[in-house]
Amino acid sequence: MSATRNDATAPRIAARTPAATAPFGLDGAETCVRMISPNGAFEPNAAAEEFLPFLDRLTEADHRRFYRDMVVVRKFDTEAANLQRQGQLALWVPSHGQEAAQVGSAYATRPQDHVFPSYREHVVGMIRGLDVVDILRMLRGVTLGGWVPEEHGNFHLYTLVLASQTLHSTGYAMGMQLDGSTATGNPETDQAVIVYYGDGASSQGDANEALVFAASYQTPQVFFLQNNHWAISVPVARQSRTPLYLRAGGFGMPGTQIDGNDVLASFAVTAKSMDDARAGQGPSLIEALTYRVGAHTTADDPTKYRDPEELAYWVARDPIVRFRSYLQGRGIEQEFLDAVDEEAADFAADARRRALEITGPEQSVIFDNVYAEPHPLVAEQKAWLERYEASFDEGKN
Amino acid sequence: MTVATDTSVASASLPMTKALNAGLRKAMQGDSKVLLMGEDIGPLGGVFRVTEGLIAEFGDKRVLDTPLAESGIIGTAIGLAMRGFRPVCEIQFDGFVFPGFDQITSQLARMRNRHEGGLIMPVVIRIPYGGHIGSIEHHQESPEAYFAHTPGLRVVSPSNPHDAYWMMQEAIKSDDPVIFFEPKSRYWPKGEVRFGESGTPLHASRVVRAGLDVTVVGHGAMVSVLLQAAELAATEGISLEVIDLRSISPIDYGPILGSVQKTGRLVVSQEAPGFVSVGSEIAATVAERAFYTLEAPVLRVSGFDTPFPPAAVETHFLPSPDRVLEAVDRALAY
Repeated sequence: MSATRNDATAPRIAARTPAATAPFGLDGAETCVRMISPNGAFEPNAAAEEFLPFLDRLTEADHRRFYRDMVVVRKFDTEAANLQRQGQLALWVPSHGQEAAQVGSAYATRPQDHVFPSYREHVVGMIRGLDVVDILRMLRGVTLGGWVPEEHGNFHLYTLVLASQTLHSTGYAMGMQLDGSTATGNPETDQAVIVYYGDGASSQGDANEALVFAASYQTPQVFFLQNNHWAISVPVARQSRTPLYLRAGGFGMPGTQIDGNDVLASFAVTAKSMDDARAGQGPSLIEALTYRVGAHTTADDPTKYRDPEELAYWVARDPIVRFRSYLQGRGIEQEFLDAVDEEAADFAADARRRALEITGPEQSVIFDNVYAEPHPLVAEQKAWLERYEASFDEGKN
Repeated sequence: MTVATDTSVASASLPMTKALNAGLRKAMQGDSKVLLMGEDIGPLGGVFRVTEGLIAEFGDKRVLDTPLAESGIIGTAIGLAMRGFRPVCEIQFDGFVFPGFDQITSQLARMRNRHEGGLIMPVVIRIPYGGHIGSIEHHQESPEAYFAHTPGLRVVSPSNPHDAYWMMQEAIKSDDPVIFFEPKSRYWPKGEVRFGESGTPLHASRVVRAGLDVTVVGHGAMVSVLLQAAELAATEGISLEVIDLRSISPIDYGPILGSVQKTGRLVVSQEAPGFVSVGSEIAATVAERAFYTLEAPVLRVSGFDTPFPPAAVETHFLPSPDRVLEAVDRALAY
């Protein structure tokens, strides 16, 4: 007997908490661009074909660099979480599991491009020239920002309100068009924007408005959506009943789904999308299927809502293990792998040491940058606080 | 074919819509980074025609008819400002600003502070506001207190065409975000705009009618109501000093305190609900700073603490000259 619309035994909304990735995986999903199989073999699927030429841009040194950055940021990420547990950071936002999506896409940008992160793209910042300790400054509570984007590879500040940065990035890309910095035909100077957001943020109005504006003005930008399957405790199935890359078509732009744990797929697809954006072919969306192996933040406890089997499935598809197997298949020497492990340990130890040395800020930061031009109320309150606090010193004399 | 206002003459009698148009045009001529964004602001010239003729003169790279999404308008304006532009955004009506409220309060207002002073946010958000036009829900509201309560924003409202012309140019020159409230019931009455005479500073309040007995303060469309009240009071032998606030954040207390030194009595007025309002803030500050000169408590005349009512009863909701005088009488009774 077939269910009818009014059949009370056939609820239209099935489970209250559908599994995020039932039946977990992307294995065999032919729409999803993949270059390297989970076992590390170079086995581009059919969807990967048009992106293969972009791999020709990569040298042996690039491959080593990809691996090195993924390993280093994993170690740094672990150390930062430790710092939070030891009371040295207010919060930490782990990126464990998402390294391939981030490293591949970051290397597909050019120096002249602008990058608008969400708040988990630590290695993207690193690749763009940011000192990761600047990220720790914000999470230690000594700054609301932490760096000057133009002095750090045009890597813009983290944005904590979900999807707000998607609109900023679209406006910025509109500005590139208006000031003639893109689509001139010179790939060495033409600019584009890449904006990072996630499956949770994809439900925000701002993310959707950004896609509308980007399509309307044909902005030079790539929407890089890391689908890590969980928005804190809410699975992606609750955010969307359709694969997220398919939404792009509804906005009038190309959408591509990639195996986000495959660093080469991430690089190749992002390279093509950014090239197209710089060349004036408009915006596009990439959905990188990946997994948040750790907690949302150090304030989260995923054991309360996640199926251990699902976690095991994704851990078995670890992006670093996969790429290491790939490199080993190409004959990489063990000395290199060992040296990277050592470098990662040093990097994390150095970040830890410097995090503990972070000082400041002066209390004047409360007031100094609220306005660019003089503001009598803020000036008065700053002067009052100084007098008030100085009055305690006078009492001691 | 729209004829642009000739601003090379000494002065002209213009409605506020035309004065704003002339101010926008002047700013766009003076700085190629100034651009306009909003819904229906292109060929239509905006629902109030404030941007009429500007797309023809400056083209669609300077006047952007946007998709219908307020958060999108503000959010992309932030990105454009980061890129070095000076966007002027039009929100179509007061009650439609709220879909963009998060981008204004969580992003625009804080962007410079978050960047530790490393960038400026020269964004102007124009909001036609206030009642007296007999319109439907969401078209007659006065949301200025929400913005005045947000650190990082500047909030102003002209009451007449001359100020509108100059304040628009000053707002666009400001390196901080400015929420520019345009009193739509004052859009159409003409007033003299003196093109050769530079305006009062953006954040200065001003005595617009001198008096001796009671100080009355308001902004935007309230100023004309206060001036009418002053005329009526004069026939009864009561002399009101009227102050046009002009700037809601920051508030210029100099003229207010100076006036209260003289009158000892203050009535603050606004169309917005009075609870946690601009008027409340002025009352508190004047009570702190002029306690010994006050002869009476500071009184507020406001809209009621209700949603803006159906237009058929708006005259009962909006502060009228009589409602102002009722408060003046109470102040004088102390």
